[in-house]
Amino acid sequence: MSAVFKREFKAYFSTPIGYIVLAAFYFFLGLYFYIIYSGGSPYIEACIIAMSTVAVFTMPVLTMRLMSEDRRQKVDQALLTAPVKITSVVLGKFLAAFAVFALGFAPTVIFEIIVASYVSVNVLSYLYALLGAMLLGGALIAIGMFISSLTESAVISAILTLLVNIMVLYMSSFASMINVEWLASVVEKAAFITAFENFGNSVFSVADVVYFLSIIFVFVFLSVRSLEKRRWS
Amino acid sequence: MINVTGLSKRYGSHLAVENVNFQIKKGEVIGFLGPNGAGKSTIMNILTGYLSMTQGKVEIDGFDIAEYPEDAKSRIGYLPEIPPLYIDMKVREYLNFIYDLKKVKFPKKAHIDEILKLVKIDNVQNRLIKNLSKGYRQRVGFAQALVGNPDVLILDEPTVGLDPKQIIEIRNLISRLGKNHTIILSSHILSEIQEVCQRVIIINKGQIIADDTAENLAEKLSSDKTLVARIQCREKEMLEALSTVKGVANVTSLGTKEEGTTDYLIEPKTGCDVRKDVFERVVSRGKTLLSLSSNKASLEQIFLRLTEAADNDEVRKMLGLTEESAETAEKVEFEIELPDETENAEEAE
Repeated sequence: MSAVFKREFKAYFSTPIGYIVLAAFYFFLGLYFYIIYSGGSPYIEACIIAMSTVAVFTMPVLTMRLMSEDRRQKVDQALLTAPVKITSVVLGKFLAAFAVFALGFAPTVIFEIIVASYVSVNVLSYLYALLGAMLLGGALIAIGMFISSLTESAVISAILTLLVNIMVLYMSSFASMINVEWLASVVEKAAFITAFENFGNSVFSVADVVYFLSIIFVFVFLSVRSLEKRRWS
Repeated sequence: MINVTGLSKRYGSHLAVENVNFQIKKGEVIGFLGPNGAGKSTIMNILTGYLSMTQGKVEIDGFDIAEYPEDAKSRIGYLPEIPPLYIDMKVREYLNFIYDLKKVKFPKKAHIDEILKLVKIDNVQNRLIKNLSKGYRQRVGFAQALVGNPDVLILDEPTVGLDPKQIIEIRNLISRLGKNHTIILSSHILSEIQEVCQRVIIINKGQIIADDTAENLAEKLSSDKTLVARIQCREKEMLEALSTVKGVANVTSLGTKEEGTTDYLIEPKTGCDVRKDVFERVVSRGKTLLSLSSNKASLEQIFLRLTEAADNDEVRKMLGLTEESAETAEKVEFEIELPDETENAEEAE
């Protein structure tokens, strides 16, 4: 697992992908911090929650080549004939993308310290928001990784992932258009944004954590199955 | 070392590999011979655990690839048809990655250095793989298979796309490695396999059609050796004279290749050596025989014919591997030789 993780993490920075994603993160974090803080509000949480849109658009870039590239270049033959479990290959890749995502939120630590030196802050609600961001990122990466494992084309993977990401994050907006009441409520509650915003409101809900964790688990598992399935087809 | 029983692989409705059985002893160098699409790569992919089998069993050093994949895989180094390379990595960096991936225990730097030297890529170790030529990429792929010094090496068409010098280098490398490794090598070039392998398994349409030593196969494949005779005479002048030589099945004129001479393609009957008789016949007609050579290309041609045959039964007949085929071959011979049966009988005595 560590070998795959190391390689994938390095690969993000031997290509422009890692830099582009981080640049987008840092630019928008800085922008949001400036807007929110100059508006007189000392809540870094708001910055983090506002990043969901950035995540939706950048995660497909991060995950598009994760699996598809291996298959296109036939490197998967080296990975799958090495004495390692498929699960650890998949987890290594997942964690590499996740590490880049997590790095994207590093500046918020500095922001928090800066803000804390002027006014009293609630560190716990900052940590909640950060936890929420990590869970959301993990879920989006797991979904993107799974989609990447379905195709040989990074472009197709990116576009599909973007569409799915927009769907799962903002489907609550469509809830009002659905006439069936129970379905509307499901769509409303299942939207990632609903659960994610809870973390920004200093509400720690086990249900939301479990929701994201199970999404991550399911899509990591599906990615493993997707590689495994190729052996059987 | 490698034990394959009843191996089958089905892709949808297409049966790519059908009931394949073979055993390979430790230290053997085996050649998989077959045309493209015969199932060589599929079998290799199954042996290495990349693909699953539909039916059957594969054991590597006693470990079932399906039940104990990690134990089995750790004993195999695999060079697939297209070398599995991350082209955005440097050569050494990539080999370090493979080293970590395979959880090799040898001292890292020394081990990688040794491999780099062995496949002669130490001069490009700090270059990006994407900037390397096909030959170098192939060697990096080779190096990747050698990481961890596995007992079994499975090499899928290792010389395809290389220039003649590189082909010789890779062949020499395989021969050297063959001294202390069990190697399976696939190719569609007979001569290549003949050169490095002790035993050859011929695969066609997903089935094993022959499993024998290289010498035996070459002999069988080239059993109906044709001859080319260059005679100082006018075209077609000797056609009739040659075709009546005892043991000659057919003669065709190949035309004039050298001024004042004519080439004839002589096909002897199975098992007949007609060289002496041809020479005497030419002399008796007062002509000069300038050269008489076996039609060398025929080895490759026959192999092509083998693998292009409509079905595997036909191929087995060509190789004389099945009993009924031997019978039919005899029958055919008998029919042809019917007119001068007495002559033949005399000869037999």
